[in-house]
Amino acid sequence: MTWEAVIGLETHVELQTASKMFCGCPVDFGDEPNTAVCPVCLGLPGALPVPNEQAIEGILSIGAALNCTLTESSLFYRKNYFYPDLPKNYQISQYTFPLCLGGHLDVDIDGTVTRIGITRVHMEEDTGKSTHVGRSGRIQSADHTLLDFNRSGVPLVEIVTEPDIRSADEARVYGTELQRIVRALGVSDARLEEGSMRFDSNVSIRPSGSTELGTRTEVKNVNSLRSLHRAITFEIERQIEVVESGGTVDQETRHWNEDLGTTTSMRNKEESEDYRYFQEPDLLPLHIDVSWQERVRAALPVLPAELRNRYRQAGADARTAEILVDGEGLGPLFEEAAVLGADPRAVGIWLTGEVISFTRTAETAVTTTPLTAAHLVELSEMTADGRLSATAAKEVLTAVLEGEGAPGEIADARDLIQVSDVGAIETEVDAVIAEHLDAFEKLRAGDPKTLGFLTGQVMRATGGKADPRVVQELLRRKAGG
Amino acid sequence: MTGLSDLSIEAAGTGLRDGSFTSVELLAAVVRRAAITEAHHHAYLTIDRDGARLAAERADGELADGTDRGHLHGIPIALKDNMCTKGLETTASSQMLAGYEPPYDGTAVARLRAAGAVIVGKTNLDEFAMGSSTENSAYGPTRNPWDTDTVPGGSSGGSAAAVAVGSALGAYGSDTGGSIRQPAALSGVVGVKPTYGLVSRYGLIAFASSLDQIGPIARSVGDAAVLLEAVAGWDIHDATSYRGDVPAISEGLADGVDGVRIGVVTELMAEGIHDEVRSGTQEMIEQLSAAGAVVTEVSLPATEFALSAYYLIAPAECSANLARFDGVRYGLRVDGDTTEEMMQRSRAAGFGPEVTRRILLGTYALSAGYYDAFYGQAQKVRTLMRQDFEAAYKDVDVLVSPTSPTTAFPIGERTDDPLAMYYADVCTIPCNLSGDPAMSVPISLDTAGLPIGFQVMAPALGEEMMFRVGAAVERIADFDARPALASDEVVSA
Ligand SMILES: [Zn+2]
Repeated sequence: MTWEAVIGLETHVELQTASKMFCGCPVDFGDEPNTAVCPVCLGLPGALPVPNEQAIEGILSIGAALNCTLTESSLFYRKNYFYPDLPKNYQISQYTFPLCLGGHLDVDIDGTVTRIGITRVHMEEDTGKSTHVGRSGRIQSADHTLLDFNRSGVPLVEIVTEPDIRSADEARVYGTELQRIVRALGVSDARLEEGSMRFDSNVSIRPSGSTELGTRTEVKNVNSLRSLHRAITFEIERQIEVVESGGTVDQETRHWNEDLGTTTSMRNKEESEDYRYFQEPDLLPLHIDVSWQERVRAALPVLPAELRNRYRQAGADARTAEILVDGEGLGPLFEEAAVLGADPRAVGIWLTGEVISFTRTAETAVTTTPLTAAHLVELSEMTADGRLSATAAKEVLTAVLEGEGAPGEIADARDLIQVSDVGAIETEVDAVIAEHLDAFEKLRAGDPKTLGFLTGQVMRATGGKADPRVVQELLRRKAGG
Repeated sequence: MTGLSDLSIEAAGTGLRDGSFTSVELLAAVVRRAAITEAHHHAYLTIDRDGARLAAERADGELADGTDRGHLHGIPIALKDNMCTKGLETTASSQMLAGYEPPYDGTAVARLRAAGAVIVGKTNLDEFAMGSSTENSAYGPTRNPWDTDTVPGGSSGGSAAAVAVGSALGAYGSDTGGSIRQPAALSGVVGVKPTYGLVSRYGLIAFASSLDQIGPIARSVGDAAVLLEAVAGWDIHDATSYRGDVPAISEGLADGVDGVRIGVVTELMAEGIHDEVRSGTQEMIEQLSAAGAVVTEVSLPATEFALSAYYLIAPAECSANLARFDGVRYGLRVDGDTTEEMMQRSRAAGFGPEVTRRILLGTYALSAGYYDAFYGQAQKVRTLMRQDFEAAYKDVDVLVSPTSPTTAFPIGERTDDPLAMYYADVCTIPCNLSGDPAMSVPISLDTAGLPIGFQVMAPALGEEMMFRVGAAVERIADFDARPALASDEVVSA
């Protein structure tokens, strides 16, 4: 029997607003523990929440970017559960009437586009952080637990998909694209390693062709897109193995262990899933009127999918277009150079090659380097007309990035200009033929190996500056080939 | 008994400004009164002698320098102990918060300090404001100023008693289902529950957030108006606070009721209301009519279900509001082998039986499978109640009723009968459900010598008309009886 995986993702994104969701404390993760706190985010008696408009704007822009309907009248709810890092022992969240409903995100895998439905995007507040000290670092065996409430109350957006994802690959591409969107909107740095973006996966399997849903497990604790892929792959295989060996999949939460590469059950006997949601009486319904919705939609930046299309139309291949979207400042440079007449293929190769490796090494963005679109155009022209070899062009480009000046100046200074003047080269070719008549005769007799030898001799004679294509052309012509 | 501590706020203000006495002297009189009355009534949980003295000294200094902060400048007042006061113990009458000193002032408290008020101390209440008798205090009950064998009402019983006996010139309480008005009625003073949102709840330890409202308790309608004006108005820290202009609370106090349309709530004059309370109320209604009011009967059918709805909504909200008391960050902690056990033990030890009962009720009412039948239904009743009031206020300016179905009942009489205790709020709860303002004004004593309170209700933000009618009731009733205090020393206090 063949199996099909059915996957839904719940993604949490911390918004990098100036202040927390319901109080004036700064959203700052570098601080000493429990310094960015106040009565509200510590859940002190008598404290009340006041919603942060910047966070509401942030979530609306995410919803709009994911093609959601923005709810005109949205409600906050209390989600009740006891946990030491949840100061009120309820989380202000949303339940019915979330801010954004019913959108989609298209994922493109090698040209195959799959539409992933977005069920809802809602607003909630983050919890504090527990650090379990002693033994395994798990709460059950800790000697004591340290609580830091700096993160408590940070605006958190939850993005829930329909169970439309069918493979770990699709999940990773969805995650990557969502991360790009959130970053493009400028609402979060969306870093999985630091927890500002978190994925929980609901995974189930069913016989291929079936339309029923199998029992799902929820996989938590992935801290990179790579481990999202690994965890889902593992979980699918585990479930298939369980079912094929006659067992049944339990509905449970499973913890991804990065080191072991496995998921393990987190079931806790007293854990019940009744959150006793009820409408948060400390907050009024949020009214997102049509003009606010329109403002949010109008302010959306160009999204990654559209950028990719644009770069492809400007001459980039699919892989290059993707890299251009992901690299800060690369895309605009590419577009500008292409508009100014540079060869998009060459520019694509340079940007995704030399430029990216330079910026990675220098730990900077291309926008902070001296490289301009005009430089790329110049470089493109110099290679197109034969003045620069491909190798020399890369050398020049690196020198531009290092601030040595414009490509022409650098090529001159480094004596990298190729001789393409046929007359000048012909003189050298004739001299080489005269010197190596034997070899030339062999060429005339149709021995192709001598072409390389004679070309090499001409190149040596010109100090490497002759355009090898011109040299070979001349040699062939003279040999009558 | 007369003394500085028996003055009205207005008279005290005049005395402070014409140099008859200082705020320090006024405070000293109040503290001396408390020294006598506390042994009998236990209105206070904390008297902040040092803090109050500093505030009084500053008030005197400022007046001497020509800085006048208004009506409450230098006036000794009391705060219910569920209002957070920076650095001053705030317990909500619970073991859970024994010794807890908030790091911040609630908005109402901050406004009172800015208005120059002198905070004498923190008054007793039913634990977390859950109760109608102030017997559910972890620190012992408050006793009625008129008869120490009876309750002062609750949950703001301490504030009502303090004002009645003169250990404060005015006080603040919180009203979730009648917790200001009912103790005011049972203690013979004026109590006001303002429109929901008129006074910021920031810093009020929450019982039921959609119902809680801070309001004044005073010896006169005029004093109550002054006290309310000092704290009313929009607050950035309370998302449910009202953003518009504060009603002109004290502007119509002298205007009388000629031509005012008064509706008598049929359901609140029916069986269940004690005869003497009903006849006292009826008599006042007749007098209002004689003074020119247009009196009609108005039916609010949803009142029949209001009490039941309230006792689902309030516990449901409290079950979440009180979840934060877990021993983790502040308050009582009883250690255990695991975090969960520590939380469970702390909560079991920290909460009294009534609080525990309501948390359990509320948790149950919100549980999966029960939500629709309980909490959902209660919300529907709440909507009906609002609609009843809206319909009624198309034809009348105010509604009236008794504040409490009985006068003060004996201590211990209802502690084992929660339903009988809950019934004490039957007349006051409808306005909490609707969010509308209501006030209680004392009108007379029953044959046992216990005060009867008269309730005036108004549409949302209708405080001006409500106070106007309340002031007329006060003038007509001419209720000048004061509780007889236990000792002769009182006279000199
Ligand atoms: Zn804060």
